[in-house]
Amino acid sequence: MKKTVSITTVVILVLGVLLSAFGGFAIANRFMANPIWKVDHEYLTNKFIYSSIGIGCLIVGILLVLFSAISISRQASEANGPDSSKHHMGMRASNAISNTAIHILLIVISIIWLTPFVCIVLQSFRVDPLCQVGYVIPKHWGFDNYVNLFVNKDDAGKVISTTLSTNGFLRWYLNTLIIALCCAVMQTIIQLCMSYTLSRFRFKARKGLMKFMLILGMFPGMLSMIILYNVLKDLGLTSEHAVPGLILVYIASSGMGYYVSKGFFDTLPKSLDEAARIDGATRAQVLWKIILPLAKPIVIYTVLTGFMAPWGDYVFAQYISRSAPQGMNVAVGLYNWLSNDQINQCYTKFCAGGVVVAIPVAILFMCLQRYYVEGVTGGAVKG
Amino acid sequence: MYKKRLTPAIVKLVCAALALAVALFFFYKAVPPIVKSLDVDWSGGKPGFFASVMLGLYTFLYGDNIDSLAAADDGYGVHLFACIVFVVIAIALLVLGLRELKGTNSFNRMADKSGIEIKKEKRPTIADFFKKVWSAILGFFKAIGDEFKDIWLTFVNGDWKTKVSYLVMGFGCIARGQILRGLLFLLFEIVFIGYMIFWGASWISKLPLDMTKLSGATQEYSEIYDSYVTTYHDNTFKILLYGVLTIFFIIGFIYTWRLNVKQNKIAEGIIKSGKKLKSGKDDLRSMVDDQFHKTLLALPLLGILVFTVMPIVFMILVAFTNYSGTNDGVSNLFTWVGLDNFNELLSWKSADGAQSYAATFGEILAWTLMWAFFATFTNYFLGMLVAIAINKKGIRLKKVWRTILVLTIAIPQFISLLYVSKMFAKNGIVNGFLMDLGWIKKAIDFWGDTRNNGLMARVLVIIINIWIGIPYLMLIATGILMNIPADLYESAKIDGATGWQQYSKITLPYMMFIMGPYLLTSFTGNMNNFNVIYLLTGGNPLNTAASSTGIAVGHTDLLITWLFKIATGSGNKYYQASVIGILVFVIIAIITLIVYSMLPSVKNEEDFQ
Repeated sequence: MKKTVSITTVVILVLGVLLSAFGGFAIANRFMANPIWKVDHEYLTNKFIYSSIGIGCLIVGILLVLFSAISISRQASEANGPDSSKHHMGMRASNAISNTAIHILLIVISIIWLTPFVCIVLQSFRVDPLCQVGYVIPKHWGFDNYVNLFVNKDDAGKVISTTLSTNGFLRWYLNTLIIALCCAVMQTIIQLCMSYTLSRFRFKARKGLMKFMLILGMFPGMLSMIILYNVLKDLGLTSEHAVPGLILVYIASSGMGYYVSKGFFDTLPKSLDEAARIDGATRAQVLWKIILPLAKPIVIYTVLTGFMAPWGDYVFAQYISRSAPQGMNVAVGLYNWLSNDQINQCYTKFCAGGVVVAIPVAILFMCLQRYYVEGVTGGAVKG
Repeated sequence: MYKKRLTPAIVKLVCAALALAVALFFFYKAVPPIVKSLDVDWSGGKPGFFASVMLGLYTFLYGDNIDSLAAADDGYGVHLFACIVFVVIAIALLVLGLRELKGTNSFNRMADKSGIEIKKEKRPTIADFFKKVWSAILGFFKAIGDEFKDIWLTFVNGDWKTKVSYLVMGFGCIARGQILRGLLFLLFEIVFIGYMIFWGASWISKLPLDMTKLSGATQEYSEIYDSYVTTYHDNTFKILLYGVLTIFFIIGFIYTWRLNVKQNKIAEGIIKSGKKLKSGKDDLRSMVDDQFHKTLLALPLLGILVFTVMPIVFMILVAFTNYSGTNDGVSNLFTWVGLDNFNELLSWKSADGAQSYAATFGEILAWTLMWAFFATFTNYFLGMLVAIAINKKGIRLKKVWRTILVLTIAIPQFISLLYVSKMFAKNGIVNGFLMDLGWIKKAIDFWGDTRNNGLMARVLVIIINIWIGIPYLMLIATGILMNIPADLYESAKIDGATGWQQYSKITLPYMMFIMGPYLLTSFTGNMNNFNVIYLLTGGNPLNTAASSTGIAVGHTDLLITWLFKIATGSGNKYYQASVIGILVFVIIAIITLIVYSMLPSVKNEEDFQ
């Protein structure tokens, strides 16, 4: 029982580490503008072989490291637990292999999932050139893109103004923030009213109402855009004044999305209401004093979804703001930066803008993730 | 105990045969490119083993005519890929069909194992559906008849206060002491009559959009400017809009009037029985108590009525007009055209050289359905697999994996989608990476390649959609996985079931059972998935043939993006967009209706309780 880890395993481990380090280094070297390790290109003319060897080494190396790590942990646990029977060991070995495979799969998935985000962050720090390029790691680093988001410069590079008052990123950002905050509040109130009523009250039109809304939801929402635009235009809420118009459109139809919170209210026991009613509370008091404090998770969920949705809406915002910069939200503004005539000057600025938009929203989401997951899973199971 | 089901078995086997046929077709198409890519010197030299097999196959399928090879496509990957996919589908269907024949489908097995009794209720047929519709129509007319009868009887049997109320709303209430109610009724009547006299009547009277009675913009001499200026007269857009609103208002008035009559009847009954009527104070109190639901629903329903129902009604009406960018209702009036727009969109006739609208519509519809199918099911199965992988016992750092995946939800979609779209651009990172690796020599035009109906872009869109969609499915599936009764697994383990058996016999059927409705909604949601398509490809690569109908359409355009392009593109053919919108609604409604009645869990899930 003294020797818990065999020499072979250690050798494999070291070999794996070396191989993956070599592979990683080879790949990294390939993508660096100024390779650390100057390769004699006469000697290694074939890029294909070179990079393939690098990737191969990396994969094999990772595999070896994982394999050895698992066998080390198995050997260690075997050394500690003398009661393991032979059958058990077989089970454990197959389990270990499948777990290894799953770990590798998860690592690959994570890399795929993270790549775009890593790329966008790296590109946002690229100073030169401003257009799209085929490499990821910038040759020149700097914060210029972020600065350019917030100040307007003339051709000579002199700062003319901040972008708040005129037609820039800051304006769009504030627009979106205002829309998102209003939506979060109003949408929550409306959806809670709707879902609570449909969950707790039994009135004649209830079933019909729910069916009606189900049918309404089958119409493509895009259809109503044209008419809503014309109505809002009559009210003077388009182009430069698109923000209140957008808020109105978003919150007005938010009652349709009552499903998730209704599912939540359905799970709260009715005896709570009844007990309070017997004690003489009105329906309104029941909602305010008993249900609402219990509904904290769903309130947070609704606020969160209400807050996040406006950040991503492009179609309505684009249609209603009619390319008037003061009325745009970030989605429309940043989309325009990627249009064919602007992409060559604004690509890195887009990346920086994307990062600035994404970070607060993502942080908020990550903090409240628990509630979101509860809402989403509950909603799907409930229908 | 298993119940054999013949019809589903036959359906599945036939589908399997069809899939196999499609697979063979793709294989047939794949052979020449493969042979061509082998680049064998046919005249001399000795081909290798694989090459000679392929050449034999080629001569078998296409005859000895080697020259035709030169005309073959370059790429074979697409065909081969499709072939493999369809072979897999065929095998899966075959297995399912055979199991159905044996009577051992998963639902039966699961029910048998767990002891849960799945209700074997009679499935609704199409005939049942029509019967239901018919009885609903009958019921509707009967209800209206009853209403009229009740109104008449109330009038005949009522006292004079009630009779006056038929003309002066709320009179009865005021006369009986319910001042607040009565005043509200009266106020509503005054507002309604005032509106109708001053505005409503004229809107309604213009609603037939009779061109002989309306006048559009004219050039008139203005003394102020000393020149001719355009003067606008009628605005058919406003006529239609306010006409619809007025009709809503009239319906609301009729409902309120009926309520007023009912109130009188109820009040008479209460007085007769010697009880006291509710006072205004009681009414106010009931707003937050007995009638609290009305208070709560007032605001949301008003919003839905004005911002959802009204636009939909309006746009349905637009489908029967010629409202467009040129006939915008202000400078050029639009009018009713009956079913002309439907005829145009669904007719096979076309101007010479142009593809007919019906063909374009069919093409886009086919891709929309294909997209919805693949987008839904790839996400569903892969998301479930990822969820199971993360939740497996012995997997470390569960939270880390989950957080990484959830990042795609946390970051606003337009950023990630736009960026990913640019990553696959011709000068984007992916091409740069591949070229740097030396795997390709020329940049691949992911979004512009029109070969095989833009198959590359289509597949790529579906793959990127997996990237977007898996995290949602992972979260949902995790929640459901936790809820699967643990004793199912324990009994399976005791019986010696392997991990795969547990997965295919317990997990998968259970998930299917629970998530049926979710799959349906996500299918219809994907059919209308504007964001992913529009931000990723914008509909590209361009479909030249289909674009000849008027608006530029791409191979990845869904019906919904097509609708958007028609409405915002040159000419702004709103009428055509509305027709497409109505057709999309019809298609989705049909799919929902059919699938919903087929879902195994419908009985448990239908009422959202």
